[in-house]
Amino acid sequence: MCLARPERKRYTCPVVKKTENTPTRLVQGNQAIAEGALYAGAGFYAGYPITPSSEIAEECSVVLPGIGGMYIQMEDEIASIAAVIGASLAGAKAFTATSGPGFSLMQENLGFAVMGEVPCVVIHVQRSGPSTGLATKPAQADVMQVRWGRHGDQTLIALCPATVRECFELTVQAFNLSEKYRTPVVLVSDEVVAHMRENLRVPEEGELAIIDRKEPSVPPSEYKPFQADEDGIAPLAAYGSHYVFHVSSSMHGPDGLSNNDPANAAWKIDQIHRKIDIHRDEIVMTRAFDTDDAEVLVVAFGITTRASRAAAAQARGAGIKAGVLQLQTLWPFPDKEIRCAAQGARRVIVPEMNYAGQAANEVRRVLGPDRDIRGVNSFNGQIIWPQDILKTIMA
Amino acid sequence: MTVITSGLRYLKEGVTPHMWCPGCGNGIVLNALLRAFEELAYKNEETVVATGIGCWGKADDYVVTNGFHGTHGRALAFATGMKAFNPRLNVVVLMGDGDCITIGGNHFIHAARRNIDVTAIVVNNFNFGMTGGQVSGTTPFGMFTSTTTYANPERDFDICALADVAGANYVARGTPWHGFELEENIKEALNKRGFSVVEVFSPCPTHYGKYNKMGTPVEMLKRIREMALPKEEYARLDPAQKEAYFPIGKLVDRDDPDFNARYDEVRSRAMKG
Repeated sequence: MCLARPERKRYTCPVVKKTENTPTRLVQGNQAIAEGALYAGAGFYAGYPITPSSEIAEECSVVLPGIGGMYIQMEDEIASIAAVIGASLAGAKAFTATSGPGFSLMQENLGFAVMGEVPCVVIHVQRSGPSTGLATKPAQADVMQVRWGRHGDQTLIALCPATVRECFELTVQAFNLSEKYRTPVVLVSDEVVAHMRENLRVPEEGELAIIDRKEPSVPPSEYKPFQADEDGIAPLAAYGSHYVFHVSSSMHGPDGLSNNDPANAAWKIDQIHRKIDIHRDEIVMTRAFDTDDAEVLVVAFGITTRASRAAAAQARGAGIKAGVLQLQTLWPFPDKEIRCAAQGARRVIVPEMNYAGQAANEVRRVLGPDRDIRGVNSFNGQIIWPQDILKTIMA
Repeated sequence: MTVITSGLRYLKEGVTPHMWCPGCGNGIVLNALLRAFEELAYKNEETVVATGIGCWGKADDYVVTNGFHGTHGRALAFATGMKAFNPRLNVVVLMGDGDCITIGGNHFIHAARRNIDVTAIVVNNFNFGMTGGQVSGTTPFGMFTSTTTYANPERDFDICALADVAGANYVARGTPWHGFELEENIKEALNKRGFSVVEVFSPCPTHYGKYNKMGTPVEMLKRIREMALPKEEYARLDPAQKEAYFPIGKLVDRDDPDFNARYDEVRSRAMKG
């Protein structure tokens, strides 16, 4: 006899039902993220309150218990991501939300999720730093931390919304990618997108695809939790199912047991990277606005996308063909898409709310040293305005 | 006739000899745990043995149940997620004094306060064995380790007392000398709904014993036996005498509702709207 899997309902967003007759509602970015998570099938939230992400926790604490799910407030962010990973291994679609200092605290166990190939979603609402910083003014200064914040050879997926609608849709995508590729996915928001309110039409059930993790089909005695199929992804059972398995932070073989053999270590590190590398075209999402004939290309992400689009429109009015490439996927970095959009551009501008030009440096890596690549940077807790970008377009 | 179980069917094939030093208590504690599993007829697929990092944190590799080997000090937080989401799992967390109360102290007191229905088996050998015998949160005042060459200036935590005041439903202490009593306490802890803790005072002759000139592994184990007194006997000592002894056996036993029971009440209220 074995335990039945905890029932995983296809949760429909309860708010939708109440507003069947109103196609759209005025919704806050954080609220849209919570609703997107529920739409994707999230049944477990563990977190620790921190501004500007707390509305996500509050919404989950209200909705999840009413639909048989669970909200648990942990003692810190280290425990929050740990509980999320534990619940995911017990079969939940699980997530947490945090900001700046909390995201820093989550790094070690995010590394565990990479190593253990555990699906989970972390909503990271960026705020000013370092440390407590300008609490809690916006920033986009964690581009590199999101990618490299953990020690060791590791990688993950990061998505970045610019609108309330994208908060909803990219959260659904974050769960889908996490489940499909057995990897943590970070949804990198920022304080402005988080607290902004816009009209949102919540998709009907079935309108957006929902992906669940691949489960094993072999007999229990043959199951190896890290033995990848041809698509590079290993099926994942749940604790409490009829499969018995082992998940470890230590270097392990396909069976999940400790294995310090150099050839095995090389296999494992390759597997973590390969499953994302070979599927990068399915993972990388960008939106192009007037890039086909752009002589000036603005590469933007998050809230800065909106100022970039306004600036590009104004530049067009003034006779300069400007376009915007929005990076909805931040990691893996959209190298190919940037190269393509920048083909005919004499200048590339990367506006971002950080001092060092973290994304601009990536664009420089992609396009090479001979191109005219300029940053527009804000690092005082103030957003970047269209006129700031327009000046650099016209210069 | 008393049938003594071996626990062997829960031990993975081909893993012996284990990695623990001669004279270490871990093997005896693992044996007591696996015998308890056998007597309670635990099913592998319903059981997760979760560990952190340290000598005792290697134990998950030796068992045939589901295994989880996490990050240092965080095993209880991972276990909380597993048990909270699937209350039908038996979740057993193995931690040393480093995992449990030094780096992981916050998770320990909150697991007890939350009364999450997991069982923590804490092997306390009073130092960081894996990294070479450094001072830990349970190294007593005045003792020597590789990082307290001039004697430990800090006081130690009493893990059982902490679990008690933080709200654990069951707390017991044992030693590797008292293997059968230890198994009984582990069985009680596994059967107890709510947070349960079994602490084991265990010898580390390789490091702690060496730095404190405690002699051979056998002498060290005998020293632990001599210091261990049943709770009632210990209670009769005057305060000055108490410093030379510690109480063993069941120390706390209560039946406060566990986290999942309380959360089901939350769900009922939420569903009523």
